[in-house]
Amino acid sequence: MINSNEIIDDIANKEYEFGFSTDIEMDMAPPGLNEDIIRFISAKKNEPEWLLEWRLKGFAAFKKMEFPKWQHFEMPELDLQALSYYAAPKQKKQLNSLDEVDPELLATFEKLGIPLNEQKALTGVAVDAVFDSVSVATTFKGKLKEMGVIFCSFGEAVQEHPELVKKYLGSVVPHTDNIFAALNAAVFSDGSFVYIPKGVRCPMELSTYFRINAQNTGQFERTLIIADDNSYVSYLEGCTAPMRDENQLHAAVVELVAMEQAEIKYSTVQNWYPGDKDGKGGIYNFVTKRGICKGTSSKISWTQVETGSAITWKYPSVILQGDYAEGEFYSVAVVRNKQIADTGTKIHHIGKGTKSRIISKGISAGRGDNSYRGLVSVGPRAENARNFTQCDSLLIGNQCGSHTFPYIESRNKTAMIEHEATTSKIGEDQIFYLNQRGIDSEKAVALIVNGYVKEVLNQLPMEFAVEAQKLLSITLEGSVG
Amino acid sequence: MLTIKNLHAEVEGKKILKGINLEINKGEMHAIMGPNGSGKSSLASVLAGRDNYTVTEGEVWFNGKNLLDLAPEDRAREGVFLAFQYPVEIPGVSNLNFLKTALNEIRAYKGLPALEAREFLKLTKEKQQLVDFHSNLMNRSLNEGFSGGEKKRNEIFQLAMLDPQLAILDETDSGLDIDALRIVSNGVNKLRDAEKSFVVITHYQRLLEYIIPDFVHVLYNGRIIKTGTKELALELEERGYDWLKEELHLKESV
Ligand SMILES: Nc1ncnc2c1ncn2[C@@H]1O[C@H](COP(=O)(O)OP(=O)(O)OP(=O)(O)O)[C@@H](O)[C@H]1O
Ligand SMILES: [Mg+2]
Repeated sequence: MINSNEIIDDIANKEYEFGFSTDIEMDMAPPGLNEDIIRFISAKKNEPEWLLEWRLKGFAAFKKMEFPKWQHFEMPELDLQALSYYAAPKQKKQLNSLDEVDPELLATFEKLGIPLNEQKALTGVAVDAVFDSVSVATTFKGKLKEMGVIFCSFGEAVQEHPELVKKYLGSVVPHTDNIFAALNAAVFSDGSFVYIPKGVRCPMELSTYFRINAQNTGQFERTLIIADDNSYVSYLEGCTAPMRDENQLHAAVVELVAMEQAEIKYSTVQNWYPGDKDGKGGIYNFVTKRGICKGTSSKISWTQVETGSAITWKYPSVILQGDYAEGEFYSVAVVRNKQIADTGTKIHHIGKGTKSRIISKGISAGRGDNSYRGLVSVGPRAENARNFTQCDSLLIGNQCGSHTFPYIESRNKTAMIEHEATTSKIGEDQIFYLNQRGIDSEKAVALIVNGYVKEVLNQLPMEFAVEAQKLLSITLEGSVG
Repeated sequence: MLTIKNLHAEVEGKKILKGINLEINKGEMHAIMGPNGSGKSSLASVLAGRDNYTVTEGEVWFNGKNLLDLAPEDRAREGVFLAFQYPVEIPGVSNLNFLKTALNEIRAYKGLPALEAREFLKLTKEKQQLVDFHSNLMNRSLNEGFSGGEKKRNEIFQLAMLDPQLAILDETDSGLDIDALRIVSNGVNKLRDAEKSFVVITHYQRLLEYIIPDFVHVLYNGRIIKTGTKELALELEERGYDWLKEELHLKESV
C-alpha cells in the first residue's frame, strides 16, 4: 500500500528526464573574465566598434557591483573567473537548410522533443534554435520576411540591422541595471532578435529553444523584441539542459519594447537541470526580463512555467509608460528536492489608466523553497491605475517552504490595488478520496496540480500548454506504485 | 462476494476493530447501525484501504481476492466503492474531469478502452437523471463549496457513474433534507440488482423504510454484537442501544 509520504519521497527522488550530453567539438575560449576576453568575443562575432564599447561599459559597471543580499536564499559561491565566456559548435560553412545541420545536434533536439522540422511549419511555429551560444538553424525566415518581420539570432541582427539594435539595446535593461545584467552586457553570446513592423500581426508563434550544452560554459543570452505601432507577436521560449556535475550560471537578459497599441506575449517553459536530490549540480537561473509599454494602449504579457534549475531567480517586469497600457504576469513555479525559486514580477504604473494583473501559482514539494516577490508601484501621474494580484501557494508534504513578499508603493490616490493570497496543501485525505475512485496517487497529484495551475496554463498557446502540463506531471508525479 | 473474518484493526496505536465477522453475498443489502464512535466508519476505511489504519489480525476476501493485499485504487477498480461520511473538497478539479478520469482508470484496469467524450456525456446525463443530480454542480470544482446535502448526493451520483459491485454508504442519509432522502434512496433502489451488494451505515431507521435491508447489524465497541432483519432497526429506534449493551455485559460477565 502506498502512503502519501512515499509519494512525496518519490516526487522528491524523481530523476531528471533529460539528462544527457552531446559530443560535438567546441570552439571554446579559455576560462576567465577580463577585457581581453570581451574583445575576443566581440572580434569573433565581427561586431562594430560601438557594440564593443558598450560591452566594455558593461564590464566596467560589473566590476563596481556586488552580489545582492536581499534574496530569500543563500547565494551560492560563484567563481566567475573559472567560467569560459565563449563556446560555439564548430561549423565550417554557412548553412542553407536544416539538412546541413550536424545530425547529432538534430538528434539532441529530437530527444528533447523539439520537432525542428517541417512539422512545425504545419503547426505554425518558426524555430530559432540556440545551441550553446550560436544559432545554428533558423526556419521560416522567408515567410516572415515577406511581412517585414525580422526574427533572427542576435548576432545576425547586429550585422544586418545595426541601427535597430543600437537604438534599443539596453534601453529597457541598461548595462548598469544589476550585476548579472552588467555581466551579460559585457559577455553576452547570442540570443534572439525580433522586430515586428507597424500594423503587422505576426502570423505564427515565434519559438526559441535554449539548451545549455558545453561543460563549464556560462550562458549569457540576450533577447530583444520590438513590436512597433499596432503590431502583435507571441514569443515562446523553452529550455531543457543535460545533466552535469558543476553548477552552471545562466544570466540572460530579455528586453521587450511595445509601441503604440502593440502587444507582446512572452511565454517561457523552463526545465533546466535542477540538480540531484541534494541540490547538487543544478542550473542557476538568474535572468533579467523586462518590458516597456512605451505607447498608448500597448500591452505586455509574461507567462512563465518554471520547473527546473537549482535556483530560479527572476522578476519579469513591465514598465507601463504609455497611458492605458496593460501589463500581465502569469506564473507557475515548481520546486522539489532542494530547489529554490525566488520569483515574481515588478509592475511600474507610470501612465494614466494603466492596468496590471498578476497571477502567481507556487508549488512546493520535497524540501523545495518557493518565494513570490512582487512589486506594484504607482507613480504620481498614473491616475486610475488598477492592479489585481492573486498569489497562491500549494504545498506537497511537510518539508517544503513557501513565502510571499508583496510590495506596494502607491503615489496616486486614485489607484486601486487588490491583493489576494492563499496557501493550500495537497492533503492525504484528498489523495485517498481520489484513490478510492480508482485514481492512483501519481494521477491524483497530477489532477490536483493541473486544476491548480489551469488559469496560468490557459495563457499559453495550445501546444505549449500541453507540453507544460506534461512537464508538470513528469516533474511532480515520480514513479509511484 | 465479501467475507470478513475476525478483522482487527487499530489507528494510532488504539484498537478500534476487535474481531469483525461478516459475510455479504451478491445482491444483498446490509445495514450497519451502532452508537457514535463504535467503529462503523473505521470498518469502511479499512475495507477501502485507508493507510492510517493498521490491520493486526484477520482476513478480508472480495470475489476470491485478498482485499487487504490491494492498493486502495485497485480495491476501487475491483469494484469496492465507499460513499464517504465526510466527502473532501478538491479545489480546481472539476467534477466532470474527475469523474472522467476515475471512470477511465477503472475501465483501463478492466481492459476496456477509454470512453469517448460523447458516450461519457450520455452516461453522465442518464445517471444524473437517475439520482436527480443538478447539472450545474457538474462543472464546479469537486465538492468545493457544496452544501452538506449536495456533497452526499454527489457521492451517490458517483456511485451511479462508477457502477461498483460493492457499495458502502457511510451515513449518506445524514444531512439530507426529507425530499433528498427520498430521491437518494430511490436512486439506490434503482441501482440495486442481483449482482450488486450494499452496506449502508446509518443511525436512522427512517432510511431503512426506503431502502429495505436484508440484514441489520449492530456494531458496538469494534464488534458486531447483534444481527437481525429490518425489525431489529425498528426495535433499536424504540429502545436505543442500552438494552443491547446490557445484554452484552451480562454475556461477558458470565
Ligand atoms: N485517526 C484517529 N486517531 C485516533 N482515534 C481515531 C482515529 N480515527 C478514528 N478514531 C477513533 O476510532 C473510534 C471509531 O471511530 P469511527 O469513526 O469508526 O466511529 P463511527 O462508528 O463511524 O462513529 P459515528 O457514528 O460518530 O460516525 C472513535 O473512538 C474515534 O475517535
Ligand atoms: Mg462514522
